[in-house]
Amino acid sequence: MVSFLLNEKRVSVEADPATPLLWVIRDHVGLPGTKYGCGAGLCGACTVHVDGKAERSCQMQLSALEGKKVVTIEGLSPTSSHPLQQAWITEQVPQCGYCQSGQIMKAAELLADKPKPTRAEIIAHMDGNICRCGTYNRIIAAVERASREG
Amino acid sequence: MNIAIKGSEVSRRTMLAGLGGLSFCMAVGTDSLQLVAGAQAATMAGAHVTPWVRIAPDGKVIIYSAGAEMGQGSLTSLALIVAEEMDADWSTVVIEFAPADKEIYGYVLNNERKMEIVGSRAVQLYYTMLRTAGAQVRKVLLINAAEKWGVDAATLKTEPGMVVNPANGQRLGYGEIAAFGRIPDPLPTVDPKDLKARKDFRLIGKRVPRRDIPAKVNGTAEYAIDVKLPGMVHATVLHSPAAGGQPESWNDADIKKMKGVLATMRLDDGVAVVATHFEQAIAARDALKVTWKSGKASGFDSERALNTEYVKIHDDPAAKAKTLDAKGDVKAAFASAAKVYTAQFRSDYGYHAQMEPLNAVVRLNEAGDAAEVWEGTQAPDTTRESVAKALGFKLEQVTMHQCYMGGGFGRRSIGDYSAECARIAKEVRRPVKLIWTREEDVAYGMFRPQSFQCLEAAQDATGKVTGWRHCVVGDGGFLLQTGIRIPYYGVPNQHIEERGVDHGIRVKHWRGVGHVFNIFAIEGMVNRMAADRGIDPIEFRLQHMAATPKARKCFETVARMCDWKAPRPEGRMLGISNSERSNSLGAGVVEISLDRTTGKIRVHKVWVAIDGGLIVTPDSAKANIESGVVHGLSGTLHERVTMKDGAVEQSNFHDYDVMRMSDLPDEMHVEFVDVDTRPTGLGEIGTPFIAPAIAHAVFRLTGKWLDHMPFTPERVLETLKA
Ligand code: FES
Ligand code: FES
Repeated sequence: MVSFLLNEKRVSVEADPATPLLWVIRDHVGLPGTKYGCGAGLCGACTVHVDGKAERSCQMQLSALEGKKVVTIEGLSPTSSHPLQQAWITEQVPQCGYCQSGQIMKAAELLADKPKPTRAEIIAHMDGNICRCGTYNRIIAAVERASREG
Repeated sequence: MNIAIKGSEVSRRTMLAGLGGLSFCMAVGTDSLQLVAGAQAATMAGAHVTPWVRIAPDGKVIIYSAGAEMGQGSLTSLALIVAEEMDADWSTVVIEFAPADKEIYGYVLNNERKMEIVGSRAVQLYYTMLRTAGAQVRKVLLINAAEKWGVDAATLKTEPGMVVNPANGQRLGYGEIAAFGRIPDPLPTVDPKDLKARKDFRLIGKRVPRRDIPAKVNGTAEYAIDVKLPGMVHATVLHSPAAGGQPESWNDADIKKMKGVLATMRLDDGVAVVATHFEQAIAARDALKVTWKSGKASGFDSERALNTEYVKIHDDPAAKAKTLDAKGDVKAAFASAAKVYTAQFRSDYGYHAQMEPLNAVVRLNEAGDAAEVWEGTQAPDTTRESVAKALGFKLEQVTMHQCYMGGGFGRRSIGDYSAECARIAKEVRRPVKLIWTREEDVAYGMFRPQSFQCLEAAQDATGKVTGWRHCVVGDGGFLLQTGIRIPYYGVPNQHIEERGVDHGIRVKHWRGVGHVFNIFAIEGMVNRMAADRGIDPIEFRLQHMAATPKARKCFETVARMCDWKAPRPEGRMLGISNSERSNSLGAGVVEISLDRTTGKIRVHKVWVAIDGGLIVTPDSAKANIESGVVHGLSGTLHERVTMKDGAVEQSNFHDYDVMRMSDLPDEMHVEFVDVDTRPTGLGEIGTPFIAPAIAHAVFRLTGKWLDHMPFTPERVLETLKA
């Protein structure tokens, strides 16, 4: 049994200690906003925050989570009012939307560290997150907007 | 704002009887399709009836949208078209996915009703039908208000959500009318001239936010992969490495001993494992040791086929060829030509790489005679059929729950994995969620076919192109044929043909389908001729290829946008190409630089001018083009599937390279040519011009033509050395 804080609620999960955090979150706990894209640390669709750092949940095992603080897209803001979420709507970023939880969580890490990133810094930070629909230009615009308005 | 409800709730809504308000249904009688009143619909003998529009007494307007939503925005656009003609107050409109019933919600193409959204046709195909339905609803509201006020309906007007009497200022909200109104039988008809003039549009052509977006920024948009049912178990499959192979035997006892594994199952083309949790199913799949019977694709080597077999087929006068277009006297044109050009082009297989791996959820009822399916699909009607067939059911025994799609790009339109999931669910008698791992999604993909193309062009003494031959060789039948005709050029003598082979490889539409490689070849040829004659490539298309006025407009627009003749910074160069798809036409320009030591091409700027007819939702339309451009860049610069012994050599995003943000151009400019013609498809037109435009720019920088897609750095270096 492993206990950790998930979106500010304590959860205890009884599963194989090697279970990837991705499936712990999605299936064992039941928060489907975090997505499975590659299962191999290659796409960023599964990005969540662990102790404030963006991590690929498909690459983290349950056993490593004892006592940690995990935040998923569902916990980023209970009312979708995070500046990034608002900017994502204003810029009409998502297309299919499937990568966007991961994109937003990754971008949130950037703005927490660096509230006024340059375009080059945004690209360097976000480069590991694939968007097959090609919303990259709108992601940049939305991060810049959130940085301005947030 | 109202958000489209989750797919899974839709089909639980049945007939609208008893809900109050005005319900309009679509009814299909023996010989017609008509909008009818909900109450009357129930009494229509023999007719097939289902809801389309409902106005509730509180003013809420529910519109069912047949637009499968994969990010292109048609869920919103289709409802918006109805709302426009209804003159509905958009803020009171709620959109729901239409049930998978093509007899009701299907568009008509080639005398057949379909719901399949491929070729970016959603708005194109539904436009007139939806406008007419919306206008009929408006007429009913006007008639009811007129009766209540005792005036002539023709003297009344509507404002969003309101009927207004200009004579005395009286007003009635649509909801108020819905509370007392009745729907005349038969419904009033609508003459095409009763439809709104463009200048009166309040919604079409305006920046209207997409309704699916709020749910896509907080994790609540429901994809099939997110569906959870009581008692549901998880399945995954290992398919034959070479398509067509069957499992002979596997280490079944070992697999069944694994933690969480509930069952294994033999499929025609693979082995399914079922477990309590998905990660357990993945572990079991990874541990499977299967002996396969060889399949049709066994032994296939994609590079060998492309480099030798296809060339032989092309050179063989006796090879089976299918003529796709023939006009004039091609032989005579070539015989009398002042100059003849030939060029060859190749393109590799491409994988869809839709972000959400393929998956479906299926539940059978207790009696085992009815099934429910959850899938995000481009073709809900086809999924129903595939599942019914897999289970030996009639169509009525299958209920489809449409979900959002995490990307489609042509892959999600045949319901193959839903049918597979249904077979597994029937076997294990539990609700099943089937997910293909990313590795499976790649290995058992259905690919954009590879192609070899040979073009010949004849010019007369004045430099006019008078003869045109284009032969495409490859595996994929009609997938090879799209985009190969050149109706936008006025070449008098043409012969266009396909020489098909069948390797047993699974092939499928891929954003832009054959347009991607055919336009690469066509425009590559045109750019070569212009360069050879030292004529400006736009000028060449207008003067020597007799480009149509529609094409001319696109070229002129893009030339203005990019300031075509202006000098570029040192090391930068422009390249140009036509684009065409789904009745839309376009012209695009790229500005690139090239690192000659690494072979890496960098695209700095992209300009594209599109004639897509009247643009219904401009911001989504622009997003579609931007998305198409990125898809084109990714496909042109990176993406490549190869096969050895019939098996795909790539397996995940480390070796199937999808474009990342760092390759995004600094600028992308999209403009729509302002026309008032019927809307045409926009989802793919942003893609095909990229490869020929880049190849053109590289030639202008280096004097070398790239003729094999994708232009990977290794290939670029080889070409530079050659
Ligand atoms: S699913 Fe974790 S990085 Fe792709
Ligand atoms: S929005 Fe579809 S993958 Fe990013």
